[in-house]
Amino acid sequence: MSLIRIICPNGHLGFAPLKIDSFLRGVEASPDFIAADSGSDDIGPVPLGSDTSTSPEVWQRQDLEAMLLAARRIGVPMIIGSSGDTGTNSRVDRYVAMIQDIAARHGLAPFKLGYFYSEVSKDRVRQAIGSSEPVLGLDGREPLSEKELDATDRIVAMAGVHPFRKLLEEGCDVIIGGRSSDCAIFAAAALHRGATEADAYYLGKVLECASFCAEPYGAKETVLGAIDGAGVTVTAMHPDQRCTIASVAGHAMYERSNPFDEFVAGGRLDMRDCHYTQIDPRTTRVTGQRFEPAKRVRVKLEGSGKVGERFVGLASVRDPYTIANIDAVIAWAKAQVVERFGASGYELHFNVFGKNGVMGDMEPVKTPAHELCIVVQGVAPTVEMAEELCMTGTRQLFYARLPEVKGTAGGVAFVLDEVLKASPAYRWTVNHTLAVDDPLELFPTHTMTVGA
Amino acid sequence: MTKLSELAKTIRSKNAGVDKITFDIIFTDRSIYEKVLATQAITAAKISSLYGIAQERIADFVEYAPACAIKFTIYRNAPSGSAGDSDIFGAQQYAPLLDIEVPL
Repeated sequence: MSLIRIICPNGHLGFAPLKIDSFLRGVEASPDFIAADSGSDDIGPVPLGSDTSTSPEVWQRQDLEAMLLAARRIGVPMIIGSSGDTGTNSRVDRYVAMIQDIAARHGLAPFKLGYFYSEVSKDRVRQAIGSSEPVLGLDGREPLSEKELDATDRIVAMAGVHPFRKLLEEGCDVIIGGRSSDCAIFAAAALHRGATEADAYYLGKVLECASFCAEPYGAKETVLGAIDGAGVTVTAMHPDQRCTIASVAGHAMYERSNPFDEFVAGGRLDMRDCHYTQIDPRTTRVTGQRFEPAKRVRVKLEGSGKVGERFVGLASVRDPYTIANIDAVIAWAKAQVVERFGASGYELHFNVFGKNGVMGDMEPVKTPAHELCIVVQGVAPTVEMAEELCMTGTRQLFYARLPEVKGTAGGVAFVLDEVLKASPAYRWTVNHTLAVDDPLELFPTHTMTVGA
Repeated sequence: MTKLSELAKTIRSKNAGVDKITFDIIFTDRSIYEKVLATQAITAAKISSLYGIAQERIADFVEYAPACAIKFTIYRNAPSGSAGDSDIFGAQQYAPLLDIEVPL
C-alpha cells in the first residue's frame, strides 16, 4: 500500500483557535487529508439541549477558513466531525453555510461538499425501548426508559466511519459531519485509502486531540499521522514539540476509562499489545494494535433534557466564626427558601469555594481557607421563580442567625447585589447505545457543489 | 518517603464520557514506575480511602506498562454539567494524588 498521511490541527475545532505556524508546517508536509474533530460531550449538556454552540462563531470560522484554504490549495480532502461542538443538524447547517461563505469570499474554484446529519428522533428511540433490543445504558446506566426519553429535548447519534466513507467514495472534497466518534473522522480517511482497520483506528485515536499526543504540553498545535503498511507513526509539527513513546502511549488512555479499548460503531480497537518505538526525535511508531469487528452494530446516543431556568448568585465570607459555621449558614438560607417555595419543585445548589468547592465530598482537606466564596445556583420552572429562588438562597446567607457572631450587620460580602441569569440547566439524560441494521441509517448524507 | 508529584511526570484528571472521571499518573522512567508499583503505595483501596469513596465507585484501576502509567476511573455522583457540578471537565480532581507518600 502507499503511504497515507493526515494532519490534525485542532482537537476541538472552535473551542480555542488552532496555531497557524505548526498548521502551515503540516500543510507543507503534503498530507493526503486535513481533518479535525469539532465536538465533545465534555462541554456539558447545555449546548446539546439548547441547540447552541459553546464556541464563538468567529473562532469556528477562523479554523474552517484556515483548513479550507489549505486543503483547496494543495488539493486534498478536508474532513470535520461533530460540527459546532454538538453535531446537531443546526450546527452542521451552520458549518456548511460558513464553508459556502468562505469559498465565495475567496473565489475558490468549484468543489464537492458532502455533509451528514446525526440527530435522532425520539420516535425512533422509543420504538427500540419496547423492542427485543432495548436501548442499553453505558457506564452503569440502566436501559433507557420512556420517562427519561420524555425528559429529553435532543438526541444525537455518534457516527462511526460509515457516513464519512460514503461521502469520500462519492468524491467529496470537503466533509462536514454531524456527531461522530473522534477517531472515526481520521479512520474513515485511512480506510478509504486501503489501510487496515487496526492501523486506521489507531491513527484516529492518536490524532483526534492534535498535539495532546506530543510533549511538552501545548494544545492546538498540528500533528501528522501516517500509515505505511508497517504500523502508525505520529510526528509533532511544532518545532519545539516531540511525539515520544511516553506522550503517544500516554495519549492512548486520555479521556478513556481504560487504556486498552476504544469502542466505535462497528467494533473495538484493542491496544493491549501496542508496541511503541521512537524512530526520530519527533516521531513515534506504534505497532501491535488490533481491531475486533462487532457482531451487532450499536450506535452511541447522547441526549440532553432541560431541567429548568437558572440564576447564579455570589457571596463571600471572611469572618472566621462564620467560616467555621458555614454549614449552618447555608442551612439557614435553605430553610428560608423552603419557607418561601416549599421543599420541592426546584434545585438549589451551594458550591463553597475555599472549603470543598472543586471536589465536593471527595475533598480530603477538611480545614477551610481563611476566606470562602459561595456560588449559589437556583433552578426552577420559570425565569421569575429561578431569579427569586436564587436571590433568596443568596441574600439569606447575609441574614443567617449565628448565636455568637460578632458582626451582626451582615454575614457575607457581596461582589454584586444581584443574581445573574445563567444558561438554563440541562442534564445528560441519554448515554446509551441503539442497535441498527444499517450503520448509515441514523446518518443521512447529502452533497452539493460549492463555488463559482 | 517521596511525594508522588516528585516521581511522576504527569498527574491529571479528565472526563471519560459524561458519567466518569479518569485519572492518569504517568512516569517517564520505567524503573521508577516499576519501583512505585512494587511499593503498593497506589492501589484501588488507597484511592478509595484518599477520596473518601466506596470502592464500587472505582470503575477501573489498571497498571499500563506501555505508557509507564497507573490509571483509574471513578463514577461521578451526577453526570457532568448537571446543575451544582463544580468541575464540568473533571479536570481538577487529581490534586490529592500529588501528595501521596511513596516509600522510595
